[in-house]
Parts: sequence; structure tokens; C-alpha cells
Amino acid sequence: MAFITANWNPLGEAFYRKIELYEMGWSLRDGLKDCLVAAAPYGGPIGDARPQLEIYSSSGTNMASFPWKSGPVRQLGWTVCDDLLCIQEDGTVLIYDLFGAFKRHFSMGNEVVQNQMLEAKVFHSPYGTGVAIVTGASRFTLATNIDDLKLRRLPEVPGLQGAPSCWAVLTQDRQTKVLLANGADLYILDNTSCTPVTPPGLSPQACSIVNMAVSFSYKYLALFTDSGHLWMGSANLKDKLSEVDTKVRTPPKQMVWCRRPKSQQPSVVIMWDRLLLVAGERQHKYTLDEESVCVAELDGVRIVGGSRHELLQEVPSACQDIFKIASMAPGALLLEAHKEYDKSSQKADEYLREIKEQSVLGEAVRQCVEAAGYEHEPETQKTLLRAASFGKCFLSNYPPEPFVSMCRDLKVLNAVRDYTVGIPLTHTQYKQMTVQVLIDRLVYRKLYPLAIEICRYLKTPEYQGVSRVLKHWACAFCQTGVNFLDDMGPIMSGENQTLHSTVRTSYQRSMVTYLKNEMNRGDFFMTLRNQPVALSLYRQFCKHQEQDTLKDLFNQDDDHQELGNFYVKASYKEKKLEARLSLLQSAVDEYNKAKNEFAAKATEEEMKLLRFQRRLDEEKGEALLGLSLQETLHALLTSNFHKQAEQLYRDFRVPDKRYWWLKLTALAEKDDWEEMEKFAKSKKSPIGYLPFVEVCVKQHNKYEAKKYVSKVTPEQKVKAHLAIGDLEGAAEAAIDRRSEGEISTVLSRCSPTTDRALLERLNRARSTASKK
Amino acid sequence: MSAHLSYGRVNLNILREAARKELREFLDKCGGSKAIVWDEYLTGPFGLIAQYSLLKEHEVEKMFTLKGGRLPAADVKNIIFFVRPRLELMDIIAENVISEDKMHSPRDFHMLFVPRRSMLCEQRLKEQGVLGSFINIDEYILDLIPYDGDLLSMESEGAFRECYLESDQTSLYHTAKGLMTLQALYGTIPQIFGKGECARHVANMMLRMKREFAGSQTQILPVFDSLLLLDRNVDLLTPLATQHLEGFLSIFIRYVKLPPEKFSAQKKQGEAGKDLPTEPKKMQLNSAEELYAEIRDKNFNGVGAALSKKAKIISAAFEERHSAKTVGEIKQFVSQLPHMQAARSSLANHTSIAELIKDITTSEAFFDNLTVEQEFMTGVDTDKVNTYIEDCIAQKDPLIKILRLVCMQSVCNNGLKQKLLDYYKREILQTYGYEHMLTLNNLEKTGLLKPQTSTRNNYPTIRKTLKLWMEDANEQNPNDISYVYSGYAPLSIRLTQVLARPGWRSIEEVLKMLPGPHFEERQQLPAGLHKKRQQGENRTTLVFFLGGVTYAEIAALRFLSQMEDGGTEYIIATTKLINGTSWIKSLMDRPEAQAS
Repeated sequence: MAFITANWNPLGEAFYRKIELYEMGWSLRDGLKDCLVAAAPYGGPIGDARPQLEIYSSSGTNMASFPWKSGPVRQLGWTVCDDLLCIQEDGTVLIYDLFGAFKRHFSMGNEVVQNQMLEAKVFHSPYGTGVAIVTGASRFTLATNIDDLKLRRLPEVPGLQGAPSCWAVLTQDRQTKVLLANGADLYILDNTSCTPVTPPGLSPQACSIVNMAVSFSYKYLALFTDSGHLWMGSANLKDKLSEVDTKVRTPPKQMVWCRRPKSQQPSVVIMWDRLLLVAGERQHKYTLDEESVCVAELDGVRIVGGSRHELLQEVPSACQDIFKIASMAPGALLLEAHKEYDKSSQKADEYLREIKEQSVLGEAVRQCVEAAGYEHEPETQKTLLRAASFGKCFLSNYPPEPFVSMCRDLKVLNAVRDYTVGIPLTHTQYKQMTVQVLIDRLVYRKLYPLAIEICRYLKTPEYQGVSRVLKHWACAFCQTGVNFLDDMGPIMSGENQTLHSTVRTSYQRSMVTYLKNEMNRGDFFMTLRNQPVALSLYRQFCKHQEQDTLKDLFNQDDDHQELGNFYVKASYKEKKLEARLSLLQSAVDEYNKAKNEFAAKATEEEMKLLRFQRRLDEEKGEALLGLSLQETLHALLTSNFHKQAEQLYRDFRVPDKRYWWLKLTALAEKDDWEEMEKFAKSKKSPIGYLPFVEVCVKQHNKYEAKKYVSKVTPEQKVKAHLAIGDLEGAAEAAIDRRSEGEISTVLSRCSPTTDRALLERLNRARSTASKK
Repeated sequence: MSAHLSYGRVNLNILREAARKELREFLDKCGGSKAIVWDEYLTGPFGLIAQYSLLKEHEVEKMFTLKGGRLPAADVKNIIFFVRPRLELMDIIAENVISEDKMHSPRDFHMLFVPRRSMLCEQRLKEQGVLGSFINIDEYILDLIPYDGDLLSMESEGAFRECYLESDQTSLYHTAKGLMTLQALYGTIPQIFGKGECARHVANMMLRMKREFAGSQTQILPVFDSLLLLDRNVDLLTPLATQHLEGFLSIFIRYVKLPPEKFSAQKKQGEAGKDLPTEPKKMQLNSAEELYAEIRDKNFNGVGAALSKKAKIISAAFEERHSAKTVGEIKQFVSQLPHMQAARSSLANHTSIAELIKDITTSEAFFDNLTVEQEFMTGVDTDKVNTYIEDCIAQKDPLIKILRLVCMQSVCNNGLKQKLLDYYKREILQTYGYEHMLTLNNLEKTGLLKPQTSTRNNYPTIRKTLKLWMEDANEQNPNDISYVYSGYAPLSIRLTQVLARPGWRSIEEVLKMLPGPHFEERQQLPAGLHKKRQQGENRTTLVFFLGGVTYAEIAALRFLSQMEDGGTEYIIATTKLINGTSWIKSLMDRPEAQAS
């Protein structure tokens, strides 16, 4: 704690500090000498191409490594999605993911192929990741977004031979431009023109601009001249901020902006072989003991060396206030008070009193919380947060949110800064890039469990958090090549242990969907064929979403039965009769192939019926289409088309019994009693005559009903008599038959008004019958 | 409202409370006043979890039913959709959201998927361009809903169809999940028994999930001694048969709709007929209703006796007022009055219901139907064309009735001879329309209808070994579970009964005849949680019916629980409460319905 300012260096009003982030886990034989290195901002990964292409995390953990077999790589760069771009001499750009898996490639155009590339730069803008190239013909080609590739060739630069002495890409007014220096001349190149510009107040000794740097936000520009002067100003070249004479005339190896947002101090980090210079209004020199690379960040510069990874930044004002030696800022006092409190010293009270007297306790707490966010060491963070929490006790209505959210943020940050993860984000960067992006980046690194933990910890809505991670996981799982085919079945049915608990059915479905979109259909179907569970899930999906695919699926499997069913279903959706018939014909064909004779025949019958109905509808103006055979017959019989009904009855081999029932009810419904009598006498009824009785009663015609009672078989006599309400007749019949059950039935129908004598007879008969 | 859940051996109110808590948490996530838009299907299940009062406490001010077009006006901050993950519902919601935007009213949208969220649905919302309008999309895992003190249901209407027809085992996964939740609340179930493919599958998933959660063992003393998982297709016969009282009521799905005229008379007495009910009256029936709890599991032939007995008790109680002499006696009488009046009105309601049922059960058609069913179950002439079925077809009785009978004949005969099967099928197609070929196809796929392949008919052996048919079923004072079907003892329940005593080993032969494997698994309990059974203490078994359970089976299990020397009490869980009609309906394919 006491030495917290040990690595601070004053520079004008401000202090700069260099924090060690990691000791690098890699073992590079010659350090970074002669390496082509690219490191992504926001604590991103590091790529390195020598004969071997290697990808490391920020802590130097190897993530991928493979021999480079393509053409010579001239430039490396990272996309916003953590993909590595390898730009070759001929302008071919190859894209690899974090784990070195090749994703795709694209070309920067014919011009580059012909003239070869001299230099390339990868840049980021609101539109995504872009690539800019200058060719042997001194022409610039630009792609603003590699995911939506549109190549732009920029106008010629007058007098430029070979590569410019230095250049940079900047985004201004929603346009991507190239700023380049040819000797002492400075030009801005945009889509249409090449405009010479002059930086205001550039020292006149210079005859050439040898290096330039654009700030992270594209707001500021720094130019380094061969006279050793460093000019700093706005990127639109309207204002000058300051100019410093570095007294070093060698062209620097690298130059980057190092500036906190909201800081008043412009400052640039310039690196020569073993010298690092922080130049603002004043300068501070660091010596480097190894070959290093600078990575510009939003709020500082990371310095990656062969053995160490450091962060150089301006000390945030909250930290200055608290830790500056002899600071009397409220936060500093509060920290002191808490220290004394820990020691159980009464001085705690003195300090506290002092803060309270100035009524700046709220400010003190705020400072401590804020400063905690800027500190890298968990111990320091804790000390500051404890002090803040201590101070909060003496405030009655201090809002808890800033404190709570800072604690959460730090927990997340410490987790991702961990050596094994290797994302050395600062709090400022984290806030800028948002949790969602952080989760994405963890997902790119396949750190699913950590990502899920963080989502849960931050209570991110499931939809943006856990679910999304799981989805990626499921997809990645599918992508892991051929063996997923073997794995998929078990996952689908939930056999796989780890996946099972988290991947729910809907994700299984999304996997199927994913596969469907990624593979060609034939392969996909073949894959599914061996996976019954997956197949049935997919069928369900098709049923809801893609009927035609369903058909293809059945086709592939030679599932003729299902194909037949499919056509039948389709036929019912079809309004036009011809189309309907042709679908049914297809169904018949399929059913025949499936050797389902019954279904084929039934479908043929259906077609026959439809044709018959159409004919009759046309001829007689009936509306039969769509009725069942039974309904058709009924309709025909009630409309007196007896001949046609007879024909149908024969053609469709309707069983006699049913036909009799049908005709009987139809006749009763239209009260055609005469015809009914004729019908009853036409031949012996296959359904007996009880139905005649019952149908007549149902139509409230007891008179007609009586006519048929005598024809009813003895077994049904009782029922028939009861149906027409003839209790005596029923009694006679029951007694005749000496059936105990039937006598009981009759008895149950008797009421108190029933004739006494009849009752007695029945009772007597019952007792005789029961004795038997 | 929930007191009836805690009366039983196992306090299912814990489960309900857990569900309520989760619901409250979700509601509180959407701060401010809210309106809920309901997928109508969910209102039933949710009614069992939370009444309107709970929703109201959490600032739910309005409730609507989900339908197309514009949402009704409501001055609320949040609109929450409670929906099942169905694509067609997503389209309706999209329509709602899109027409809402036009009005520029700043209402926040939320979505709660029940029981699981689905990527497909979210994809659909995205395609419709409304996914971004939702602030919260969440899922409400409602696997097992406590229905009654001893009854849990997942209310997943398609479970049987999905599992046995479409081989979509999603519902099995939910079942396993639900059982895990149950174990988290009531302790690990030490023994798992099962019969059938799906049962095996669920057990496997449970065991695996348990291994995965090995770190977080629950330290709860197990409430259940064993779990029995039964596939519905092990016993296809039971749901096909006509069942007892509650089964009848289930036609009205727990809410009995009573025609107003049945109630007008008794209403007049109390309120001078000032508001004669014009709409059918709705009653929610569960154990909370004292009288219902008594009569529900009776056979339809036993209800009358029970009701008249009750009536006598009540009127006797009312008569007491005449004998009340002292002030104290009168006071006591008056204090009982509200309860007695409630009992009397409940009695009146049930008598009306019983009358309605009596109208049906005493009708000749009903009797004929029952006779045929009983013939099939006893194995009389199951291999011939049944004239009753023929007549019913000829008179175009409801198709479902026909299908039930034909399936029953097929099941009781271990399949029908090809010629007979084709004959029935042809009759059905000609009478009800060729489109039903798809339905018949489905029935064949699930095994409800099948051609006889071997000459051997297993059913008589099964019937005899398991004593599925009892000649002397006593419906008024039952002594065997066969009372629920007036003679037929449900196969599924016999299996349960035999498992408890003497064990399945005694019926190995029969088990082999029934489809699917049978198995037993043990789950290790953490040390110290082994239950020490008191002398005479009953075992508690959870019976899970995969693919649905009928009310008759529930009644039979309740009967077994109450038997004095039974030794086992049963808690029943299922994917869906079914009856023969709803079950067959779920297997039907109606192309014209799909077309819309």
C-alpha cells in the first residue's frame, strides 16, 4: 500500500504509471525480435507470424499454433470479433478464428495482385473491421468492412513514388480517409479527391514527417518529424495542442497515443528500440530491456514484451487524489481514517471528524469507490472499497448503487483478468465495451462456464445472457467436425452428461435447425437418418414450418405410407377438385408402393365418390361434394334419388344392414310412411323390425310404429311394446317368454296408476320364473 | 383456496408455494401496473397456482384473452403475455404488438413462456420483427401442477400423442425435470420402478440428472418411499372403458357447467329469485369441497345412495332446532348454521349433477354400451363383428364412441383379424368420411387398433392372472378396485397393487406380455437420511402415469390408499388427466382443422 506511488512518474500536471499485467506465459527464443506481431485492443489476443503462426492470449497462453504454408504474410490484424486477419503480399486476406481454424479468405482486388502490396493496415470503425493497402503502384485500396466487402480504390497521390513515408487511416464525418505524408507534404485521401493539408504551427525545421499516430477515438493526431519534433493536434488539422522537441532524430519504431478520456493532457508514447518516451507537455523516458510492441487502448498503452506485459497510463485523478503523497483530498482522509479504525486507533475519529466538518464525506466515499475501479491489485481494490463502505456508515442516505455495481464490476474484471483467461481489461474499457461484448469475447474463447457464471452473477436477462451462451455452445459443439454426428443422437435424447443438464430441448432443436442451414440437404437427411430422436424432432419442426421438406424427408426414407398420408392431408387443403383428385391419385400410388392395399383401395373409393358427387351436383344441382358416403346416400334418399342411391349402394358394396338403417331413417325423416311400408315388405329385413318401431316412435308416429310390432322377433317383443307405450302388450310378451329380467323391466315401467290385475300377474310370473 | 392440498399424506402445498414464489418474482421484475394477456389454455392450470388476488397484489390490473388484432385499451405500464411456446400463438402476439406500436402508447412488453421457452418461437417473433419489442422474455417452468391433495398433473395435452405417435420425447424430458423438482422439495426417492419404454427413458434421465447434481444433494428426509413410472401404452384398455362419477364430470373438465333450470328452484328460496342465473353455473370441483371429496370416487351406481344418506344427515341436523330448548343449545345450533347451509347448498348442487348423470346412466343406450364393453372385457366374442358396433355406425353415433369400442375390442382380443379390422375401417370411412383414414392410421400406429399377428391372444391370460374381471363387484360398498368400472379392475392399478404386495416377481410372465421393459432402480440416499419406519406406518408411493391417467384410475388408487390393511398410500402424478373421449380425440387427425 505504501508503495502504491512507487511506479508513478510525474509528467507536467499529471502522473503516469506503468503496471505489470502479466508475466508472459510464452517461451519465445528470441523475444519478439523479428516477429510480425498484432495484438487486439481491449485486452485482446496476440497473433504472431514467423515461420509458424501462433495465437496467444494476453497472458501469453498459447491458443493455436501451426506452420504457415500460404504465401508470405505482410501484415496481421484482428477483427472486432476476435478473428485473425493475415494479409499476404498479393492482397489475399485469410481469416482464422482464435483457435487457428481457417474461416474464409478474400482478395483486395486485381490491382493488388498485379502490383503487390507494400504496406497494409487493419483498422476499426463503427462499420466494423477494415483493411487498407498501399500497392507498389502507390495506390491505396480500402475495404471499410470485411464482412460486407466493398473495395474502394482511392485517387492517385500526386508525386508519390513507392510507399509514403508514413500513413494512417482515420474515420471522420462518417467517412473513412487516409492521411499520408510524402516527405514534408501531408495529404488527405478520400473517395474522390486527394487534398494537400498543412498542420497548423508545425515546426519549420522539419523536411519530412516520418511517423504519425491517430488516437483511439480518431480525434487526435500526432506527427513525428525527422528533426525530432513531435506535433500534437486535432485529427481534423485545425488545432494544435502542443509541440515537443524530443531531441531524438532516429525515426521511431512505433508511436501511439496514450490518453485517458477527459484528460486535459495530450500525450503520445514513442518507442525506439530500447527507449520509450512519454511525451506530453513534458517528457519522461523509460528504458526497455527487451524488444516490445505497443498496443493503443482507450485509456492507455499496453506494452507487450518477450517476458512481460505492462500497461502504461495516466494515473486517473481519483487515484491521484487519494494516493498522492500528502494528499488532503476527502478520499485520502477517509482511507486514512479507515486504516486507523482497523488499528483500533482513536485517530480514525479525528480523520472522520475532519471530513465531516468539511461535509465532504459523500465525496470521499465516491472517490474511494471510483479509485477502486482504477486499481489493478485486488488488495488495493479491497482496501478502497472497505474504506468506502466504512464511510458510508456515517451517511444517512447515500445511494448504494455505485458501490454495489463497482463491487460487481470488479469481481467480473478480476475474473477475466486472471492469468488463465488473459483479458486485461480496465474498468474504463469494460464500461465502454459493455457486458454483452465481454460475454461474446468469452464465448469466442470457448470459456462457456465462465461466461455463464458471469451472466448469472450479473443477473443478465436470460435471453441475452445464459441462453445466448448456451446457444453458442450448442452450435460450437455441432461444428466440432465429424464426431458431432456421433454425438448428436445421444445429446438429442439427453445421453450426454454435461450437455444434458443445460442444453434443453429447444436448444437441441436449434442445433437441428443450425445443421439444417449449414449442411446441404442430402447430407443432412442422411445424417438424420441414423438419429431417430433427432429425426423425429426435425419432423415435428417440418410439420409446423416446412411441409415440403417433410415430403422430401419421407421420400429420402422411402416411407411410402407417410408419403401417402402426406398427399391425403394435402388433398384436403386443396379447393379445386381436379387438383384434389390428382393428389389423391399420388396417395394411391404411394399406398400401393407401401403395400397398404386397404388404404389404396379406400383412397380410390374416395376418388370415385368425389367424381360421383361432382357429376350429380352438376346434373341435379345437389350440394353433395365433401359429404361422406353415408351422408351422400342419406341426402339422395331424402331427395328421392332412389336410383342413384341404389347405384351407390351397389358400387360401394355398402352392407345391407347399414343400407337398411339408412333408408329407414331417411324415409322416416321425410314422413314417407307409404314408402317405408313398401320397403319393409320388399324383402326380409336384415336388421329385424325393432328399428322400424323405434324410428317411427322417434318421429312421434306411434300409429305407424304399431304396424311393425307384430313383425318383431320374440326376443325383442317386450322392447317393441314398451317403445310404443303398450304396457299390457309388453307384459303379455314378457310373461310368454317367462324371462325374469324382462318381467322386471316391464315392472319398472309400471306406475301407481297401472292396472292392479296386470301388476299382480307380472309379479306372479316373475316369482315363477325366478324359481326355475 | 389451497388448504385442501395440505390435508393429504404429502403436503403438496409446498410445491404450489414454490410455483407461486417464482410467479411473484417474475411479476415483480416488471415494475408498475400490468395487464396479462392469457393463452386461454393456461388459465386453467394457472388457476390452480394463483388466484386473481395474488396477481392483483402484484399490480395486475387487467387480464385479457389472447386474440388477434389490437390489444384492448388498458392504462397500464406493462403488457405481459403468458403463453405456451406455440408458433401460431407467436403470430397472434406479433399482430398485437405491431398494431400497438401504431398507437404510440408507451407500454412495455414482456413474455412468459410456459412451461419452456423455445428458440423456434423466438425465431418466429424475430421474423415478424417484434422480438426487439420485448423487454423480458422468460420461462415459467410449470412442470407438475398440484391439482388436489394427492394429484399432480403436467397438463400437457399432447403428451401421449407426442410420445407414442410422433416419437417426440420432449414431454418425457419435462417429466424428468418435474420429478427432479419434486425430489428437490420432498427428498430423493430411494426406489424407482417402471414399466414401458417411456418409463425407462424417464428413469434414465432422472438418474443422469441426479449424477450431474451430485454436488448439491438435498438434505431432506425422503417423503416418498418409491416411485412407479407407468407407460400409458402398457394399459390401453382402461381409458377406453366408460368410467365412474368423476370420470363423467371430467367431460366438463373439472368445471362442471350446470344448466340454470336445475338451480332456479333452490335459488328462489334464498334470494326471492331476484337474479335467476341465466348462464350455466360453473363449479370448481376438488377436495376443498367436502361433499365432493366424499362422493367423487364412487361408482355411478353408488352415488345415489351416498347422496341420500347425506341428505338425511343434513335434514336431521336442521330438525335439531326444534329440539333446542335452552339458550345455549340454540346458540350452538346457530353457530353451526353457516356450515349446515353451505352443506345443504352443496348437496343440492351435487344432487342436480347426480340427476344429470342419472339421466345418462339409466338410459338404455348407456346400458347397452356398458354391456358391450363388459362383454369385451370378459372376452365374449371379441373375434367377431359386433352387432352393437354395427348398429351404432349405421345410426351414425358419435365417431369417438365407435372408435373407443372398436379399439377396445382390438385391445381385448390382442388385435383383430385382418378381415374384421378392414370391415370396421371401411364402415367407419364410408360413414364418417374418408378423411378419417389418417385417424385410423394413428390408432394403428399407437397400437390401439391392430391386426392380429399371432394366433395367440394374451389378453385372457393377463385378465386371469391379474384378476382384471371381478364378478361380484360391490358398487355401494366396494371391497376391491374393480368397483370403479363395475367389475373391471384397471390393469394399471393392478400392476401398482401387485408391486406393493407381493411384488412384481410373482407376475413376471404377464409383465413380459405387456409392452416395454420393466425395471427397478435404487437411488443412494445421503447417510443419515434413511427413513426409520414406525411400526404400522404406511409407505408412500408416487405413481406417475406417462401419457395420461383417468379419473377411474385415480379413484382406484385412492381406494387402495384408504384400505386399512393396504400398507401403502399413493400420490398420483401424470402428464395429463384424460378420459376416453379426450384421449381418442388427441389422436385424431382432422385435415380440415389443420388447414385453417
